Amino acid sequence: MNIFKRWDSERVLLAAAGPVIALVVAFALTSIVLAASGENPFEPFSIMFEQATFSDVQVLIINDAAGLYIGALAVAVGFRMNLFNIGVEGQYRLAACVTAIVGAHIAFPAFLQIPLLILSAAVTGAIWSGIAGVLKVTRGVSEVVSTIMLNSIAASVISYLTLEDAFGVAVGNNRTTGEMDKAGWFPGIDMGEGVGTIYGFVIVGVALGVIYWLMLNRTRFGFDLRASGASESAAAASGVSAKKMVLTAMLLSGAIAGLAGLPTLLGSTHTFSDSFPASLGFNAITVALLGRNSPAGMALASLLLSWLFNAADPLDLQGYSSEIATIMQGLIVIAVVVSYESVRVWGTRRQQQRVGAELAAGHVLGTTDSDSDDTNDTKKEVAAR
Amino acid sequence: MHALVGENGAGKSTLMKILYGMQKPDEGTIAIHGEQVSYSSPADAIARGIGMVHQHFMLADNLTVLENVVLGSEKLYGIGGKARRKILEISERYGLGVRPDVLVEDLGVADRQRVEILKVLYRGATTLILDEPTAVLVPQEVDALFDNLRELKSEGLAVIFISHKLGEVLSVADEITVIRRGTTVGTAVPAETTSKQLAELMVGSELPTPETADSTVTDRPVLQVEELRLAAPGGGKPLLDGISFTIHAGEVLGLAGVEGNGQTELIETLIGLEQADSGTVRLLGDDVTGWPTRRRRESGVGYIPEDRHRHGLLLDAPLWENRILGHVTEAPNSKGMWLDPKAAQADTERIVKEYDVRTPGIDVTAASLSGGNQQKLIVGREMSHSPKFLIAAHPTRGVDVGAQAQIWDQIREARREGLAVLLISADLDELIGLSDTLRVIYDGRLVADADPASITPEELGSAMTGAASGHLEHTEDGA
Repeated sequence: MNIFKRWDSERVLLAAAGPVIALVVAFALTSIVLAASGENPFEPFSIMFEQATFSDVQVLIINDAAGLYIGALAVAVGFRMNLFNIGVEGQYRLAACVTAIVGAHIAFPAFLQIPLLILSAAVTGAIWSGIAGVLKVTRGVSEVVSTIMLNSIAASVISYLTLEDAFGVAVGNNRTTGEMDKAGWFPGIDMGEGVGTIYGFVIVGVALGVIYWLMLNRTRFGFDLRASGASESAAAASGVSAKKMVLTAMLLSGAIAGLAGLPTLLGSTHTFSDSFPASLGFNAITVALLGRNSPAGMALASLLLSWLFNAADPLDLQGYSSEIATIMQGLIVIAVVVSYESVRVWGTRRQQQRVGAELAAGHVLGTTDSDSDDTNDTKKEVAAR
Repeated sequence: MHALVGENGAGKSTLMKILYGMQKPDEGTIAIHGEQVSYSSPADAIARGIGMVHQHFMLADNLTVLENVVLGSEKLYGIGGKARRKILEISERYGLGVRPDVLVEDLGVADRQRVEILKVLYRGATTLILDEPTAVLVPQEVDALFDNLRELKSEGLAVIFISHKLGEVLSVADEITVIRRGTTVGTAVPAETTSKQLAELMVGSELPTPETADSTVTDRPVLQVEELRLAAPGGGKPLLDGISFTIHAGEVLGLAGVEGNGQTELIETLIGLEQADSGTVRLLGDDVTGWPTRRRRESGVGYIPEDRHRHGLLLDAPLWENRILGHVTEAPNSKGMWLDPKAAQADTERIVKEYDVRTPGIDVTAASLSGGNQQKLIVGREMSHSPKFLIAAHPTRGVDVGAQAQIWDQIREARREGLAVLLISADLDELIGLSDTLRVIYDGRLVADADPASITPEELGSAMTGAASGHLEHTEDGA
């Protein structure tokens, strides 16, 4: 069965080629941008790499990566069936806001409180993305357009919810939703004095990644979802109801998106305020693209992006602009799209040629190379002639 | 006029791609008019006077013929009167009969093909490549096409003609090249060759015939369709109207018709992709009219789609995932809500062996197999779930002679075991040879029925154009 091994290593190579090429190109282009603006094109990178060696920065990177990762899972569920949920931003912010309100007004024991909070986040996210899903299924509205608009509407809804007439509590100039009950604080992993605490929700994120993989690759539902993404017409002919699938995928994507704000909310802020981290939903799209929707790939990508943001801050102190990280993120997105598509085209063509070559060499399954039994071999000889 | 014949995956398409500049040769030379050339893109090939008429037409439906022809070569004669005059001139010179101001969507298949040929001539082609030009035509249209091609030839153009249909090749070509596994295995002059000899050259085996042995038709109805009607989306004439037929266990019902006369819609209504506006579909006595596709498939409807890339395969997925497609809820693919990849993989290996799918392994993507092998995989998959009713749309289209015989055998085998088959095919020999009953569909209606034992392809062909419709049996024994 040595053929299979060869195919496998080939596939690993192909899978790795895309992101590696994209990152190299993005780094190179960033250096060019730096050089063009008269800066040292390499020093900022060495500063940023150095940051990654400090354990307190490492904790920050891991903590921020958790939310990015969960957001990326939400985006990836959509991507796997050709739905572009740009609304993760609105979904996770609204969900975080609602969850903070629930957490501030209800006090169960922790073993009930935390599941309740997770549930309210997921349901809020799902409702918000579900609106886009229903619009698409019943009216054919593109989910790209509706989710973008729902982002704005979510911002307005949040503004309303944080009014003092509604659920808001003013803390200084900051409008918050009030501090959540302690039962809803997710226990973290203390890494020691001066280093910080890793959010306990990181583990939930990892678990979500595993569930995501299991669901996609080991369940009937996941197969239908992937089939819909790979070929809508073939999926329909195979018996997948397109509308049901769109709605389910949107709900699922929104539910996961709703959880993206929880690492921060339950791990550190314990309240939703104007200063709650924003634009995670958009960065999650970068992560999903770079990680090719694969759970492991997205984990690496979320760590990378998180490093980019956390390590860029000290650049300001050294006379560089920390916006380098933003430039780099943009370049990564472009490079990723270009390099993945070219690697895919190249890989398909290469495989076609290899299959042709294998067949010409007589390596047909069931004849020469595989370890099948002899009776089949002879039969094949007759059939293949 | 030079014909190129060969099995599927023999390298015909690759050769054509090289000639048309879509792919680069590793070695060897191409000479045009005695001059060695090398080019890197179709644009170079066009500049050298090579034109390609693809098997799948590349026309924009909502543009007129004139607009389609000038599209992309506006520089040649502009887009106005000069272009129109040029089109009419070419059309007249070669007897193509093209009307420049008609919308392409209003044209039939044969007319579209003529537009494609004109498009190529308009760009100044002196060498025409036609990829399986007769696959979509009825016999009368094929004759007309050949007349056009002879006209082109007499005007001094060279025509390269790719085909599976040996009879046609023999009747129209001046010289024939047979290729197998990427090399030329022989050349022949039609006057000195029979189609049998050609076929032997192609596959090294005898030419198979699609004839069924004795009738296996029972009186147990499997599929009963009554007064099926499907309205057109924007109003207007219904796509299907008053369709009624019954297929019994062990019966193959052949549906003849020029493409675009409602076959696709009928298939989609039977499989559940379209909901009929009125009428009923019964499967083994159950009214399945309102059932979703999955439930129909689970209850024993097999489906060999007419467009395997669009409806039958996930091209970028490995073979074993393609084996699951369409049967994800059935054993051995899943247990409860969980997939069973191991069992599915093992079963894929079985299909690959039993149905002679030529592949180095089951982890390669479906896209990397040749069309014939993709089709064998689909047939194997559908047959593996012992269907009660099989929709076989062009089951051997684009499949080489060897695989064709195999697929016919499998359909016959299953029929003997009580399978009911709806066979739709543009290959009239296949249709007549395999079917127990024949129906003709024209304009969304079943207009004629015929006895496959006595009807000739020509008679069937004329019924397909709507010319010789009639509800009586066409048994003109004199023919």
